[in-house]
Amino acid sequence: MKKIWIGFGLACVLSLAGCGGGNPPETAKKAEPGAAPAGGGAAAMPDEANGATITGKVTFDGTKPKGKTIDMSANPVCTKAHATAPAMTEDVVVNDNGTLKYAFVWIKSGLPDQTWQVPTTAVTLDQNGCMYKPHVIGVMAGQQIDVKNSDPTNHNIHPQPQTNQEWNESQPPGSADKMQTFARQEVMIPVKCNIHPWMRSYIGVVSHPFFAVTGDDGTFTIKGLPPGTYTIEAWHEKYGTSDQTITVGAKDSKTQDFSFKG
Amino acid sequence: MVAVSTLLLVIAGGLVTSNDAAQSVPDWPLSYGKLVPPLEGGIRFEFAHRVLAATVTILTLILALWSRSRLAWVAFAAVVAQALLGGAVVTLVAPKWMPVAHACLAQLVFGLIVAIVVRQYCARRKRVEMSLDPAGTSACATLFVQTILGAAVRHNVAGIVPHIVFAAVATLVVMWAGVQVLMHHMENPPFRRSAILLLSLTFSQVFLGMGAYMSRILTADDPQPMPIMISFTVAHVAVGSLAFGAAIAMAIIVGHGGMTVA
Repeated sequence: MKKIWIGFGLACVLSLAGCGGGNPPETAKKAEPGAAPAGGGAAAMPDEANGATITGKVTFDGTKPKGKTIDMSANPVCTKAHATAPAMTEDVVVNDNGTLKYAFVWIKSGLPDQTWQVPTTAVTLDQNGCMYKPHVIGVMAGQQIDVKNSDPTNHNIHPQPQTNQEWNESQPPGSADKMQTFARQEVMIPVKCNIHPWMRSYIGVVSHPFFAVTGDDGTFTIKGLPPGTYTIEAWHEKYGTSDQTITVGAKDSKTQDFSFKG
Repeated sequence: MVAVSTLLLVIAGGLVTSNDAAQSVPDWPLSYGKLVPPLEGGIRFEFAHRVLAATVTILTLILALWSRSRLAWVAFAAVVAQALLGGAVVTLVAPKWMPVAHACLAQLVFGLIVAIVVRQYCARRKRVEMSLDPAGTSACATLFVQTILGAAVRHNVAGIVPHIVFAAVATLVVMWAGVQVLMHHMENPPFRRSAILLLSLTFSQVFLGMGAYMSRILTADDPQPMPIMISFTVAHVAVGSLAFGAAIAMAIIVGHGGMTVA
């Protein structure tokens, strides 16, 4: 009987050691800045001089919803960061001109089958005032995301993708930025902080550079598109997606608006 | 004491999940590389869960050494396996079945501890061989299946419908088992009490389940888990464990059919 339990103990210790090991997640590995795209062939760049431009706005149709106040009392540091005005939810932000902020607009289909050059500049996702800033970002697959912690408190960054590799890392105050990438196209990847459950963000990962996120004026611009017929999609956290078909020629400048009902 | 500690551990686990704090400490067995992490936000729930888990592990080992029963050693092995599984949930992040398995094994651990306690209670009155009442055993099995379905809902592996449908099945099976005992052993206080306890807990559980579901719907648009949802959900988890424990207790008590009443 004793031998059985000694064996069991050994198995437990070995299992415990096994949990800490293993390789880092395939898609969460740090990308080399300016790395050549997969496949080794010449990667295309958007031709802003001869390509088409699509501009538009994402409007909100309905009664402007009131944002909800976030209760940050679980962490005094977070409460202090919003001492002058309470933090509000950012899932629906209707601009003064009736447009929606934080809509992600991208070319969903129609692009020629080719590899696009990944930008060497990183896109910043900051944890500031116990909120993710900005609330929505867009990157190309393989493009670096610079995750910062500007708060004097701990955060954990926990993206929850469906097709990319999920990861979860802590970022204490004052620690170095974390550079991360996602390998595959995925619209959208929710990001959360489990220490502060109100912290939520979304990352749109696209395999090409034709995407934009609406800001304070609710507009977007996509430049350098090759001539063709495309499905263009607007995504919103609360209101879902809306698809439109648009045909553009060389040097065309077209408008494509979207509207979401509240 | 071991049984109460284990129930508290189950409640602590429920609080971790309900507060969305399961990944607030991304490392294991240490927490943020330390024995005691900064106790802020969701870290408080996760760390309390780990401290209680360590306590239950030690208490179960003491119980096994003291009682020298095979069942107590099985319980200790299950607690160790549960701790390792909890560590794997934290360090491996991705596999969705792992938190479900962790929640289900927690119920089994609690059930084993209840079985040890009830067997000792029975042995004090009359030493008889271990046997289980078929009706009580059916109730145990049904409630455990319902635990799996509930855990799958909580961890977003399955929808709510199977859990609701099987709730009706589980309630009917428990009613049948409880009424069987009451009809045949009304004059025997331990039999009667165990059946009434099981029936009371199961009916309470149905209403708590409705409360948990309704509160989840009502607070779905809130920026973070709200106290009403947390209270109902954790109570639903705790009473679910108690009902499972009560079914095990009834199966053992009635199974020891020749037991004399003190």
